Amino acid sequence: MRTPLRFFTFAAPSRFYALAGRLVPWLYGLAALTAALGLYVGFFVAPTDATQGEAYRIIFIHVPAAWMSMILYLALAGWAVVGWAFNARLAAMTARALAPTGALFTVMALWTGALWGKPTWGTWWVWDARLTSELILLFLYLGYMALVESIEDTRRADHAGALLALVGALNVPIIYFSVRWWNTLHQGASISMTAAPTMASTMLIAMLLLTVACWAYAFAVVFTRTRALVLEREADAAWVQQLAHPTHKETP
Amino acid sequence: MPETGFLLMVRRDLRLAARRRIEALLPLVFFIVAASLFPLGVGPEPQTLRQIAPGIVWVCALLAAMLSLGTLYGGDHADGTLEQLLLSRRSLTLLAAGKGLAHWLLSGVPLIVLAPLLGLLFDMPRPSIAVLALGLLLGTPILSLLGGIGAALTLGLRNGGVLVLLLVLPLCIPVLIFGAGAVTAVEAGLSAQGHLSLLAALLLLSLLGAPLATAAALRISVH
Repeated sequence: MRTPLRFFTFAAPSRFYALAGRLVPWLYGLAALTAALGLYVGFFVAPTDATQGEAYRIIFIHVPAAWMSMILYLALAGWAVVGWAFNARLAAMTARALAPTGALFTVMALWTGALWGKPTWGTWWVWDARLTSELILLFLYLGYMALVESIEDTRRADHAGALLALVGALNVPIIYFSVRWWNTLHQGASISMTAAPTMASTMLIAMLLLTVACWAYAFAVVFTRTRALVLEREADAAWVQQLAHPTHKETP
Repeated sequence: MPETGFLLMVRRDLRLAARRRIEALLPLVFFIVAASLFPLGVGPEPQTLRQIAPGIVWVCALLAAMLSLGTLYGGDHADGTLEQLLLSRRSLTLLAAGKGLAHWLLSGVPLIVLAPLLGLLFDMPRPSIAVLALGLLLGTPILSLLGGIGAALTLGLRNGGVLVLLLVLPLCIPVLIFGAGAVTAVEAGLSAQGHLSLLAALLLLSLLGAPLATAAALRISVH
């Protein structure tokens, strides 16, 4: 079955299923490769930090995880709203599939932050603006997942989740700034787009490699989860039936 | 002039509450009981209590406002009133706003009235109490408005009561920060104007956005 390639070609669950299935092994491979390289550069090549010693090396995982946690929430909200506004099934499924991965990265960012904070600040946790807003982000993820899981009707679950994600995404800047005015201790951003990087280039390379690894991993896992959701929800569709019972094979 | 859905809704909800007085008073009782647990847990040092009082009053107000969210749309959903409201030609946004106002009049205003009493219990100085009450006046409507979204989203769910806490509380954090922050600022000898202005800004934002979101959530939940 050949169809001309258009913008919405892969919005059809069946075509997405095939494409994602093709991509997932490559994405896992890319994630493993860049993670191994990045960890090697980060742990063995990058120099010891002058002030923070060896403990700083955790930022190679911490910073990409923190980035992902925020980007994935925006992606979640974006896809959920697309799914709601245009009644696009695949977008809604993608939003559902994004949530656990986003929550995982949020936990990773908090966890590695605590591990870094102990030797550097002398405490596992401080009620600092960024830590607190990351914690609140975790609550937002948990709220979204709890809501969509407790609604049995998938349509209602998708739309309710979309509304919640939208309200949450609009609130994120308000929460961030309110917490920031409330208390600030966290060091400034490690990488900024405008100023020259203050890090050694090997450090930067390690962090970029691990960022690529996180992106590839996120794509791979989200695709895998979306494929499972597609199968679940389209179980009655002819093409899924054919996948499940390949004996009645038709000529393509 | 035909009556708008807004006023109708406010009047109806107030009348319903007047017929179930104890139910309407429960969040208030919770507010006082919860706040008086803190001295028992933290210890009776007046200095400590005075310091944590604004936070305690605000957190308890937050929780008390959440308590009555289950019944905000729950009763109307159970007896089919809500479906009739959705079918009627009145603006659902205005109806949701009316619900929000009624909820605030029933759960927010009594808290504002009682908060100075709690302030006295915690031995707060008089200017702080005034700012606390002013902050609550600006902040509690936001809680009712945001709570309406959560209540509409969790309509008819088995674990709705706890779920609504998880959904709404994170969104209320800015209110808590600025409300309690206003009192802290006054006690530090600064002006509370900045905090109160931000609270007022949040109030305006939620006044504009929350009824729309609640109406959308009701449509999602009832279809």
